[in-house]
Amino acid sequence: MTHIAKPKFSHPNLPKNGLGLTRRNYEGVVSTLCAGCGHDSVSAAIIEACYELEIPAHKIAKISGIGCSSKTTNYFLNRAHGFNSVHGRMPSVATGANLANGELTYLGVSGDGDTASIGLGQFSHAVRRRLNMVYIVENNGTYGLTKGQFSATNDKRSKNRKGVENQFDSIDLCSLAIELGAGFVARSFSGDKAQLVPLIKAGMSYHGFALIDVISPCVTFNNHTSSTKSYDYLRAHNQVMDRLDIVASRPEISADYEPGTAIDVTLHDGSQINLHKLSSEYDPTDADTALSNLNRYKRQGTVVTGVLYLDPDEVDLHDVMNSSKQPLNSLGQSELCPGADALEALNAQYR
Amino acid sequence: MQIDKTFNDFVLKFGNINGSGSASANLLCAKALFRMGLPVTPKNIFPSNIQGMPTWYEIRVSEAGFQARRDGIDVMVAMNPQTYRQDVECVVPGGTLIYDSTMKRNFGRDDIDVLGIPISKLCADNWSDPRQRQLFKNVVYLGALARLIDIDNEILETLIAEQFRSKPKLVKPNIEALEIGREYSRENFPNRLKVRARKSTRTRGKIMISGNEAAALGAIYAEATVASWYPITPSTSVAEAFERYAKRFRTDEDGKLRAAIIQAEDELSAVGMAIGANWNGARAFTATSGPGISLMSEFIGLAYFSEIPLVLFNIQRGGPSTGMPTRTQQSDVLSCAYASHGDTKHVLLFPVDPGECFTFGADAFDLAERLQTPVFVMSDLDIGMNDWVIDEFTWDDERRADRGKVLDAVALEQVADFGRYRDVDGDGIAYRTIPGTHEERGAYFTRGTSHTETGGYTEDGTIHAKNLDRIARKHETAATLLPKPLIRDLSAKSKLGIINFGSTDSAVREALILLAREGHGLNHMRIRSFPFGEEIEAFAARHDYLFVVEQNRDAQMRHLLVAETDISARKLLPILNYDGMPLTAAFVHDAVLNLFAEYEDIAEACATPITAA
Ligand SMILES: Cc1ncc(C[n+]2csc(CCOP(=O)(O)OP(=O)(O)O)c2C)c(N)n1
Ligand code: SF4
Ligand SMILES: [Mg+2]
Repeated sequence: MTHIAKPKFSHPNLPKNGLGLTRRNYEGVVSTLCAGCGHDSVSAAIIEACYELEIPAHKIAKISGIGCSSKTTNYFLNRAHGFNSVHGRMPSVATGANLANGELTYLGVSGDGDTASIGLGQFSHAVRRRLNMVYIVENNGTYGLTKGQFSATNDKRSKNRKGVENQFDSIDLCSLAIELGAGFVARSFSGDKAQLVPLIKAGMSYHGFALIDVISPCVTFNNHTSSTKSYDYLRAHNQVMDRLDIVASRPEISADYEPGTAIDVTLHDGSQINLHKLSSEYDPTDADTALSNLNRYKRQGTVVTGVLYLDPDEVDLHDVMNSSKQPLNSLGQSELCPGADALEALNAQYR
Repeated sequence: MQIDKTFNDFVLKFGNINGSGSASANLLCAKALFRMGLPVTPKNIFPSNIQGMPTWYEIRVSEAGFQARRDGIDVMVAMNPQTYRQDVECVVPGGTLIYDSTMKRNFGRDDIDVLGIPISKLCADNWSDPRQRQLFKNVVYLGALARLIDIDNEILETLIAEQFRSKPKLVKPNIEALEIGREYSRENFPNRLKVRARKSTRTRGKIMISGNEAAALGAIYAEATVASWYPITPSTSVAEAFERYAKRFRTDEDGKLRAAIIQAEDELSAVGMAIGANWNGARAFTATSGPGISLMSEFIGLAYFSEIPLVLFNIQRGGPSTGMPTRTQQSDVLSCAYASHGDTKHVLLFPVDPGECFTFGADAFDLAERLQTPVFVMSDLDIGMNDWVIDEFTWDDERRADRGKVLDAVALEQVADFGRYRDVDGDGIAYRTIPGTHEERGAYFTRGTSHTETGGYTEDGTIHAKNLDRIARKHETAATLLPKPLIRDLSAKSKLGIINFGSTDSAVREALILLAREGHGLNHMRIRSFPFGEEIEAFAARHDYLFVVEQNRDAQMRHLLVAETDISARKLLPILNYDGMPLTAAFVHDAVLNLFAEYEDIAEACATPITAA
């Protein structure tokens, strides 16, 4: 376990973002995960993304289920409220929180066990409701916290540490999310910070459901040579589909890519996504080609990463439900309680 | 055969086939009697089925105001040949059976009046559309019955006009159908029935409404904004009514809703959403029934331990398992009192009728936020889905929602070291904050794992035990805040009492009157909440024996009393009913007399009744 105490005071020369905050202001408590656990790299990427996006941390709600991955919400954004809920049920808690106040940024962190097994139902329904959140799965193909059982994202024929082969087909959360109507679907690798940070930034800026499935190796239980979720396997089999830049305003876009390979999208909040495709075979704004692309590579044992699908029409649950623009948790008695006179009229109706 | 007339004291029963459109005609009948000023008690006894199964509707009319179901039917309208046999049997000698005599039938009882009305034929003669022929049968029998027992015609026609306000074309044929029935009865049964309705003033200041509508209204008045639910009989109409009232009262200038009603994918999700919304500072609830409570258990424990306000309306039905989904019971008392693993204990409110569904429904939100814990409103199918005659609702515009101990940004500036689970005031209740409140202060980590005063993870057993003790203290505080039991000392010297809760109350009150008339004086306590306040033990201390009336097999409230008070188990004699039907006074009365016979010293403990109210 890594127990390196962090010095309390901040160095006066630490760089600051537009809000005058340092990276330190976006950190959490010291991680208690195993040294080298992929999840810690994801936490670092989240800290970097929030710092760069210049979001006030207290306007973020961190919600998770149960697992090593779900614990990490404690390891970043100390200034944000966190909620480590119950196993597999983070989506419902996030849904309720979001209904209460659509103005916060909802950052969900989950594991592959938490999402693809016990929580598959809640995950699916949060996706189809287009809940406005970024949902990060720290996918290690195993149940870390209960010591290494196969998870549902573990690839068929992949072996555990003891050499036992997984007999069942894996669930591909990205395919499922595209199928169910997620607006932003990406996959990344915890070891590729350069790719992951902009993906998290884009996911957080996206208005709708954004899934980022991060292959995040479990060094203790699933990092051996016969694993398809190990650092080595990922380094050898990672097919990067695109590189993404995200900036807050239009003029700064760097458009030095070859024509025809870049896709520009302006998000709901005004930020600009510039997606540079490294492969010309597919169009990530088309769900059908996105799905067949995923399937094709999966058959080859290749992990495709990058933005896999992006729906430029951003719709979220509040839009669909037609709920008040003002956060429900900010409404007061005069807006909510009909009062004695209205009750008198109701009495008449029930006479 | 009709000699002595009985006014305003009878039971009507309708035997129908479900899906045949009888419900609205039967409701019309109840409502018309109510508008005549008569206290009515309608009970809908329906199957868990959409079409083709037997369904009944009973209406007790009691000018004296008795609201319990009563056996012994005075007038039976038998429209379902499948159930003729039992429908004939339940009619009291001297009573009346009305049936569709298009197919003639001998019912083999000469102690009742059998009135055959060729209802199908009358409909076939008057309408050509098969759907109309079917639907108007219900209105034809209503017309005939109305004349036979003197239901005011003008009131009926007004009600029909109100019912079809949005489809005015339907008013005329419905009134015609009514008239066809009336006309037939006039020509063929010139003598009306022995039981009659006569206008009264007993319902002045009263309304007729179901508990689920009232509960939803309570939530609206309590400023609840998020309702997450999963369909299950008999709770569905809570969420549906909430949505209806929200659209009516909470549509803003932009046509948007100041509420979010979400049909979840299951009860786990429904309660998770309610917890998430409450955590984030909105007032949120879920409505469910037994099977849903079972599914929600893990989350209920999380809300208990991480101290998140939560309101659950549990509209109890017949268990165990899927049980009798369309019958009533009070069989979730224990499963709610201690829902979830580990040491947990929850606040329960036991409304007696829709009136208390409204007041407790509203109070539940204050209590949940004041105590930062789940609060269950323990209604049941009988209260929730039947219409009850209750006092008009009132609301005090001066009332303010009690949001409990919440620190806003200004307050946080004043707090030196915020600890989410620190008992600053000594009542066990700590201060909470809502996400997004303050840039630097007040954020904390909510978890179901053991935590320190600041919400940090801990495996320190001493800290864990101390935290559990604090939460227990909160529940002691709860006992002082909850609705107190209603105690009626009917016979000051009596050493006997009846304890009950919820929907059994009308039967118990009526039974107490019957017993008093026979010279048995008993006192009465209706429990309205859990954890129990000190009044309950005090009441028990004054009595030698207490009959505990409840609608479950295992005497769950008695168990709770034994477990949570110092009352001796010996004193508590269970009176249990669990056939799924609303309780009758006769059942309670007979059960008490049986216990008298069983225990010799009991009868001696009775005193002369001083009141019989
Ligand atoms: C209802 C319930 N069942 C089982 C568990 C035990 N449990 C804790 S974490 C976990 C698996 C976590 O796996 P994953 O989500 O992949 O997280 P990881 O530890 O791999 O990051 C399980 C089964 C639990 N906490 N709750
Ligand atoms: S067990 Fe695996 S997933 Fe859990 S902390 Fe260790 S390396 Fe990470
Ligand atoms: Mg895992």
